[in-house]
Amino acid sequence: MIKSEQDAVPYHTLTDDEYKKVVTLLDRKPNATELAIFSAMWSEHCSYKSSKPFLKRFPTEGEHVIHGPGENAGVVDIGDGWVAVFKIESHNHPSYIEPFQGAATGVGGILRDIFTMGARPVALLNSLRFGPLEVPKNRYLMEQVVAGIAGYGNCIGVPTVGGEIVFNETYSKNPLVNVFCLGIAKKEDIVTAKAGGIGNPVIYVGSKTGRDGVHGATMASAELDEATEDRHTVQVGDPFTEKRLVEACLELIHSGTLVGIQDMGAAGLTSSATEMADRGDCGIEIDLSKVPLREASITPPEIMISESQERMLLVAEKGRENEVFAIFKKWDLDVAEIGRVTNDHLFKVKQGDRIVAEIPVKALTAEAPIYERPVKEPRFQDMLLGIHIDAIAEPKSYSKALLSLLASPNFASKKWVYEQYDHMVQTNTVLAPGQGTAVIRLKETDKALAITTDGNSTYALLNPYFGGAIAVAEAARNLACVGAKPIGLTNCLNFGSPERPETMWSFGLAVEGMSDACKRFNIPVVSGNVSLYNETLGLGIYPTPIVGMVGLIDGTALIEHPLTPGFKSSGEKIVLIGETREELGGSAYLKIIHSQERGYPPNLDFDKENGVQNLVREAAQSGLLTAAHDCSEGGLAIALAECCLLSPAGVGGKVVLSPPSIRTDGLLFGESQSRVIVTVKAEALQSLENQITAQGLPYTVLGETGGNALDISIENPKRSIIRLSIDKMKAAHENGLTDYFNKRAEPAT
Amino acid sequence: MRFGIVVFPGSNCDTDCQFVTEKILGEPTTFIWHQEKTLPDIDVLILPGGFSYGDYLRAGAIARFSPIMDAVIDFAQKGGYVLGICNGFQILTEAGLLPGALLQNRSTKFICKWVHLRVESNESAFTQLYMPKQVISIPIAHADGNYFLDPDALAALEDNQQVLFRYVNENGETSPAANPNGSVNHIAGIRNTAGNVLGMMPHPERAADPVLGGIEGITLFKSLQNTWAQS
Repeated sequence: MIKSEQDAVPYHTLTDDEYKKVVTLLDRKPNATELAIFSAMWSEHCSYKSSKPFLKRFPTEGEHVIHGPGENAGVVDIGDGWVAVFKIESHNHPSYIEPFQGAATGVGGILRDIFTMGARPVALLNSLRFGPLEVPKNRYLMEQVVAGIAGYGNCIGVPTVGGEIVFNETYSKNPLVNVFCLGIAKKEDIVTAKAGGIGNPVIYVGSKTGRDGVHGATMASAELDEATEDRHTVQVGDPFTEKRLVEACLELIHSGTLVGIQDMGAAGLTSSATEMADRGDCGIEIDLSKVPLREASITPPEIMISESQERMLLVAEKGRENEVFAIFKKWDLDVAEIGRVTNDHLFKVKQGDRIVAEIPVKALTAEAPIYERPVKEPRFQDMLLGIHIDAIAEPKSYSKALLSLLASPNFASKKWVYEQYDHMVQTNTVLAPGQGTAVIRLKETDKALAITTDGNSTYALLNPYFGGAIAVAEAARNLACVGAKPIGLTNCLNFGSPERPETMWSFGLAVEGMSDACKRFNIPVVSGNVSLYNETLGLGIYPTPIVGMVGLIDGTALIEHPLTPGFKSSGEKIVLIGETREELGGSAYLKIIHSQERGYPPNLDFDKENGVQNLVREAAQSGLLTAAHDCSEGGLAIALAECCLLSPAGVGGKVVLSPPSIRTDGLLFGESQSRVIVTVKAEALQSLENQITAQGLPYTVLGETGGNALDISIENPKRSIIRLSIDKMKAAHENGLTDYFNKRAEPAT
Repeated sequence: MRFGIVVFPGSNCDTDCQFVTEKILGEPTTFIWHQEKTLPDIDVLILPGGFSYGDYLRAGAIARFSPIMDAVIDFAQKGGYVLGICNGFQILTEAGLLPGALLQNRSTKFICKWVHLRVESNESAFTQLYMPKQVISIPIAHADGNYFLDPDALAALEDNQQVLFRYVNENGETSPAANPNGSVNHIAGIRNTAGNVLGMMPHPERAADPVLGGIEGITLFKSLQNTWAQS
């Protein structure tokens, strides 16, 4: 008999109603271990109880989708027998409490999600959000997060090839660390996290179980307070063990002994065992006395919810245990048979002969509570949208305004960050960090994959629907600029407390915006992650939906000669595809130059966006373009400046704009969507114009490349509005971020 | 010409090197697991980059005790060509096949970027196809690449012309700014006195394929190939 021990139990976070539901499901009171198991599995982090009703809106199917959401990562067919496997995940809460290990284990966790599927991880990206760097604590957080990502990714030998970093006051006490990983595999090597075969052994591999990360999933499902010192809830990463785990698991998958495998991530042994049993529609019985432990005194509830890193649970073919053991022993990893697959649909946990938990699998999964949280538009929303543009003066010097933007950490070069990441290991990196979109080649094929992460929380704050939709559009546009066709999307939805109706209002709209964009652009959502309770002391973050998108480049032309944003040589024509309207609301210019974060964010016309992307992609593939750059945050001026800054030959540009019917700052810094700057050889201009006209798209021939400055003027009467040498822009751009860190770091030698 | 690549637990540039020797050079290449005690029949042995044993304790300090190392030392002492790249260089110094030590970078941070090197001598099996004092561009990726040697030994190293690669700027001049990690005398790569063992922090295998943005590392592998063809 199970003795009821529900009083004063340590790992119990259920609400009263949830507790009552547990009693009903079990038809008795749960004991301490069972309460810990229910608390972990029913946590927001594991059950998605607040977000599930919304997530159904995402289009998850597509011609090439092999596995959508529900597996450890999404799997998409890329042809010739190969598949791409990818997912993005958050590690926000741990990274605030202990930034180095929080970020490091975020990388470790997402890597396991990928190789668990049978894929070799080939690229990492990360989307980071911090508070302003003037605040020492934020510098500390950023320095440690970057070091943590570097420490893990570099050691394991997976290149960190891109991502984005954004600074905003809203993240001061809630930094965001979203980690993306892409893997590739032969189609036949894909495995799933499904238990099966009654009597098959359940095998534990990897590190021993300790007390680190106990309570992690429930910690990530609560607000933090100022006194949060729960460092023990943060796991400690060991990339060396993970590297051996990658190699051993991939060897195992090729051995043909495997039935199913899942990483022990959030809620550790509990979630891996129950989710595998749930997918396989069977039961699992495990014996805790067989689990490799770091310390003998650890209790059953602690073993069940420990989040010690670098551990996997697998089901193997009965009779082939020794083959499995031999592989893990070769790599010096712990391996132990701890249980078996059963047909009673129960999750049964024993310690020797004593039963410490016995729960129907479905009670933990299908029966987990789902909340239709109340939804309410924030009271301040109208106030945020209202903006009296005429009261905002145009800057005295547009050149100075552009320099200020270039030097602000949001636009400044991120070299200080990406030089700490090994972005070249595996020798596939065709387009490295700093070039906009990352491109990696697939050695045994004529293919490459382009990868980008995007998200603008100011837009999402002002209009969650467009914030979500634009994140998708911008990611797809970035892919189009390297000639890649989007094959799938993964997202990380970072929001505040779901118990606030205002949070769920923005959450619902952001999901709707993303879903609509995905449907219109025909991009399936194949995996994702929701991170709620990004709140400290009652202050939540701006809604921050992040998109990770993967595109396919087929054929060697764009691999051998990748399309990049930088101007290539003098005398080429600069063309803006798309239309510039006076859309200053929510712009970086308003925020950085005028300290205002308000107004209507830019509009998005799905059809126009689609048209621009298709045109750019086809022109890229046909070899017509010599450069292409997305024109979005920071507007036309920033995009042109970046084309100069990224020019390998230091080529500038001379641009003449027609007299605007809109404000000049709107023309230069407005963030109208669906715009791309391209260059073509002078003799190819007619051909490009014909193609644009045939698609009925608006465009402007802006001017010509050349010189060593960015020169923007307006006609009638002709007057210069921006004139900056590349050297001057470079000084602002290269030091803007670095100065916060290096001014005190390196002694002069 | 047959290449062997030692794989330690934590090596992560093993397959990158194999891609160059096998796919680009077209030479047969064998992986050698660190638990082996003998080497197969090979002509060049590569100790690849990575984080053998997680670089725990000290980079290369544990790998130096791997079972294969006795055979590696024996191979080197008999005149076999040994190329240690990055972590491989660190292991070679720990194993006593090359003098000196690789300390933490001056910046205390991991650095991954393209740097300029000057080829100090082309009178070597590893560099014979480079021009004398040629300036080449090759990536580095390390946290502990700050080469150190005491002054007397350093003077001997220089006198023997054992320094094959030095960090320089694009004009081929040494300067503090062009020295990415603080290495003494701007040293990026050295050979042993016999000339058959080379250790270098930069990654020539990452500059061997035009798709990756540079091909000045392939010349090192081709030099070895050429040496072999002549012998």
